[in-house]
Amino acid sequence: MAPARTIPTITWAMIVVWLIFASVPLWIEKVGLYHYLGVEILIFAMYALAYNLVLGHAGLPSFGHGAFFGVGAYAFGLAQFNIAANLWVCLAAAVGAAAVAGALVALFISHRRGIYYALMTIAFGQIFWFIAIKAHGLTGGEDGLLKIERLPATLGVTVFDLKSNVALYYFVLVVFVAVSFLLWRIVHSPFGRVVKAIKQNETRARFVGYDVWRFKAAILVISACLSGLAGGLFSMAQASAFPDVMSLHYSGYVVMMTLVGGGLVSFWGPVIGAVAFFLARDIIGAVTTGWMLWFGLSFVVLVLFKPEGIAGIYQSLAQRRAKAAAPVVAPNSQAR
Amino acid sequence: MALFEAKDLHLRFGDRVVLESVSLAFEAGQLSGIMGPNGAGKTTCFNVLTGRYKPHRGQVLWQGEDITGRSPQAIARLGIARSFQLMNLFDEFTVFENIAIALPQTRARARNMVAQAYADPALVDEAQAILARVGLAERADDEAKSLPYGARRALEIGVALACKPKLLFLDEPTAGLGSDGRARLADLILKLKGSVTIVIIEHDMEFLFSLADQISVIHWGQVIAKGTPAALKANPWVEASNLGRLN
Repeated sequence: MAPARTIPTITWAMIVVWLIFASVPLWIEKVGLYHYLGVEILIFAMYALAYNLVLGHAGLPSFGHGAFFGVGAYAFGLAQFNIAANLWVCLAAAVGAAAVAGALVALFISHRRGIYYALMTIAFGQIFWFIAIKAHGLTGGEDGLLKIERLPATLGVTVFDLKSNVALYYFVLVVFVAVSFLLWRIVHSPFGRVVKAIKQNETRARFVGYDVWRFKAAILVISACLSGLAGGLFSMAQASAFPDVMSLHYSGYVVMMTLVGGGLVSFWGPVIGAVAFFLARDIIGAVTTGWMLWFGLSFVVLVLFKPEGIAGIYQSLAQRRAKAAAPVVAPNSQAR
Repeated sequence: MALFEAKDLHLRFGDRVVLESVSLAFEAGQLSGIMGPNGAGKTTCFNVLTGRYKPHRGQVLWQGEDITGRSPQAIARLGIARSFQLMNLFDEFTVFENIAIALPQTRARARNMVAQAYADPALVDEAQAILARVGLAERADDEAKSLPYGARRALEIGVALACKPKLLFLDEPTAGLGSDGRARLADLILKLKGSVTIVIIEHDMEFLFSLADQISVIHWGQVIAKGTPAALKANPWVEASNLGRLN
């Protein structure tokens, strides 16, 4: 019997990423940065990973993902004010609300692909953003939803207070570890492989018996759920929710993070991208207010010369070294 | 009763009639051919039979049941698989995964989001056996897009076989192949013959005449002749349609 073709449940890359993040609070202030930056990076890394499920893994260009992130943020706040001031209830509300929003959008766009998919996601993103701005009674309009509390995490008898940035950082890290592990499983599950097949060839997938529409809808809903979770954490981190995270340019940021990091070729690419994005914002931003110009230019250069992003550069360097050292290893399509 | 039957199919694209009262019947276990010049409507006919287009009139019957107008995925799940004239592979997947994703076992587990896709050794065996049948066992770990043309043709058939079809439609399997590749493909199809009902579209007459039990000739969207290869050789219509030049 041929051996099973399995992928490791825990990879070295996974452990390295988790450990690096776990050590961040120990040195981040010593290098002149601050704890809250770490929280932001982790939340957006999670968001970008969730987003990449749609862009990199399913090949569906969504440019309105901010809607799901924002819906999660508002739902977290509204649940806190109106349902129960309990962390788990609020996070569940964020995930649930984003799932509903994702399902609603999926209903209208899952028969599309390519540019039409992109345009419709932009349109839906704008609709959600517009509602957030105009529904004053619900969202506080442009003033935002203020006074969202960092609720304590209750676990049976123990309670963790998350008021400090370091405590919140470790809480977000636990969620990040869970989400990245879950995504790793999804990507290598039968469901995930079918989605990847659909990305490459919708027609063929249909003719081997897959209902393409359902898979495209499902992957969007999953991605929306996890984006909403990240959004909920974000509103907790900044103690408020604003419509700007739902705007087109914020939706563009997550696309940039994913592409710059190399989400198209690597599972961890979006994480690299989120780190690069925030470091650029703070480090270039300390020198010039026009940091977005420089980040945008480097994005253009990267897309022109190395569309596979930072992870792609690393992979080709590693390949070149391997080629020099040993005979060529057959490439395979598993996410690494 | 024939395994698969098409009755009086009509299809128009705008004001152009593409299929006009096409009736075909494929018997279980046989290898049937559909022959005709370029633009005769052969591939369109396949597209109607496998659910890509809905006919404007007529019926498609599978084991006596009316399946007209069902979606491609619904028809595929009945056990009707097809290959494509212009190749349709999962290019970024390995050769192995192209087969594995099409296996009914994978399809049955497609809702599973946490288990690993190919952890079952029986599934891997199955995929390897199909690769061996189409002569690609050695290349299981190569990326599909890295294969040479002839091997891609074989994989195209392999993906269709992985669906465990009762009926296999092959759309111009020899397209673009040299005489070597053609001979190898004829071998492969001969080996499959008998274990699965096969329908082949082809305009290479020699290739089809050497393999098929019965052949339908389509021209201008109509079936102009039907019969065994021997009977068709003698048919004046076939000759008149500029197809009958056999050396």
